[in-house]
Amino acid sequence: MKILVIEDEPEMRANIVRSLETEAYVVESAEDYYAAREKLGIYQYDCILLDIGLPGGSGLALLKELKKEGLQSGVIIVSAKGSIDDKVEGLNLGADDYLPKPFHMAELHARVKSLIRRKTLGGSTVVEVGNLRIDTERRTVRVGEAELSLNRKEYDVLLYLVTNKGRLVAKTALAEHVWGDTIDEANSFDFIYSQIKNLRKKLKDHEAEVEINAVYGVGYKLVET
Amino acid sequence: MKLLNYTTTYLAGLLLVIITIWAAIFYYAMLDEIYDSIDDGLDNQKGLIIQKITVDSSILRQGDFNEGGFLIREISAAKALNFYDQYIDTTMYMQNEREYEPVRLLRTVFEHQGRYYQMSVYTSMVEEDDLVMELLYALLWLYFGLLATILLLNNFLLKRIWKPFYRLIKQLKTFRLEKPSIQVSPTRIEEFRLLNDAVQRLLQSNIASYNSQKHFIENASHELQTPLAISINKLEALAETGDLNEEQSRLLAAALDNLERLTRLNRSLLLLSRIENRQFTATEAVNLNALVKKIAGDFEDQFAFGEVSFLLREEATVTVQMNADLGAILITNLLKNALVHNRPGGSVEVMLQNNALQVSNTGNEMPLQPESLFSRFQKQSTAGTSTGLGLSIVKAIADLYGFTVSYDFKSRHYFRVQFAS
Repeated sequence: MKILVIEDEPEMRANIVRSLETEAYVVESAEDYYAAREKLGIYQYDCILLDIGLPGGSGLALLKELKKEGLQSGVIIVSAKGSIDDKVEGLNLGADDYLPKPFHMAELHARVKSLIRRKTLGGSTVVEVGNLRIDTERRTVRVGEAELSLNRKEYDVLLYLVTNKGRLVAKTALAEHVWGDTIDEANSFDFIYSQIKNLRKKLKDHEAEVEINAVYGVGYKLVET
Repeated sequence: MKLLNYTTTYLAGLLLVIITIWAAIFYYAMLDEIYDSIDDGLDNQKGLIIQKITVDSSILRQGDFNEGGFLIREISAAKALNFYDQYIDTTMYMQNEREYEPVRLLRTVFEHQGRYYQMSVYTSMVEEDDLVMELLYALLWLYFGLLATILLLNNFLLKRIWKPFYRLIKQLKTFRLEKPSIQVSPTRIEEFRLLNDAVQRLLQSNIASYNSQKHFIENASHELQTPLAISINKLEALAETGDLNEEQSRLLAAALDNLERLTRLNRSLLLLSRIENRQFTATEAVNLNALVKKIAGDFEDQFAFGEVSFLLREEATVTVQMNADLGAILITNLLKNALVHNRPGGSVEVMLQNNALQVSNTGNEMPLQPESLFSRFQKQSTAGTSTGLGLSIVKAIADLYGFTVSYDFKSRHYFRVQFAS
């Protein structure tokens, strides 16, 4: 899987590149409009992370050009201009997703994986960890042969943690992903704990070979056992 | 009072004074002229009579006014020599009019064949009161004629002259900094041109400073997003290294929580700025009943966790023409507010009435300060991580669409949004 990160802020670019590399993607980066144009002229990428505010030209203008040339790669717009207009325009221009800054790396991974799942024709919609099998199309979870019955939110929490397997998921990232933007009061994040508790119990009861570890105060991490 | 009417009122008053003074002067000048001419006539008549007497002395015996309008009486020489001509205003009974009418009388003496006579000659006078009345009528006509002319002039001519001014005023009345457009009409009148120029310059500088302020908030918020993102990501990377002890983890979590809070604050400010800049243009008919149910569903877990019960009472179906995203933000913020400032075992009740939405909640037993409740950064509770912007956003959305938001306390906190009917 080859990913191109187009981002002008060096630290931001370094964060994204390093984080994506831990997932064994081939990651390349471009710091401005021209560098991006050049790279895209030569190489093919499965996924492009595109910042809107670029030196040398807008990311939206770049997207427009690339789509005109028949770009096949999945595009996720990453923007500090979290305005609805930008989002609508970006998606209309053919971007696959829109991620407003600041975001959690866990969220970026979830979006990238989801995009790759959708883009890969004939690819598997099943995610496997240990003896856990999640069918993302039918939204079912099996442990070995037994089906794990989860409510909608438990399923979303589990899929998100599995997508970010081995990685620390901040509780804010989890809450925003599962409960949506309406959740933005930090003092209410503790309610996530009860969901995690239920999930842990169900996983344990079915002897799943995964475990959800709490990182004190920060969030959770799903690991294989 | 309109400028036109104002000047007209002044002119009307001034004209009244001027015309009155003028009328008095004119009246006396006229009267003087009339007397002069009458006295000349009497003098002439006297001359004619004396001339007649030299021919026909029988006239001397005329002792009655009735014939010829004169009377002659013999007087002593001593009296005659000391006599001067007298012009007298008096009245006399007129047969034809059957009343006393004013007459001008000349009393004079003359000598005829060594004897002295006193003669009174009279002539009928203008009736003074009639003259005054006539004059008054004429002046009243003049006065109203002038007023009518001024009004006509004002309405047709001045109105046309003042057109650029009224046009400017009309545009200024509807002027909004968010949608600056002022079209001044070209004019040859220097004062209006100066006014147009001054207004244009003033507006330009206001628009410029408004825009720069508007962009400052937006840009500041945007510029903050990237460093915030970097900091959060770096700290997450640090947490992920996995070899932190509990104390370090606690410190890290606190730093992250505060960065998240800053992020939320920044987002809320950006949202407020966008609402106030009217950047949410698309509107549609939003069904609030469905929207409240959906958002309350999103809050389900938080209600359960906070041990707060939720009740929706639908007395009416409420449909509001507004931006769908802002509709969701409005309800989310009201519900969040009702939830965050609640207590375990408390309740949140949403009531949908005809053209109104009311959210009530249990909580602090003291009423809040309604005047500062919707201001930015007004925190009236101890909910430490709230941004203090939630209700300002509600207010900003309400203001955008002309809704009214009110607060009331009756053992519960009531927040009511009245939609424009």
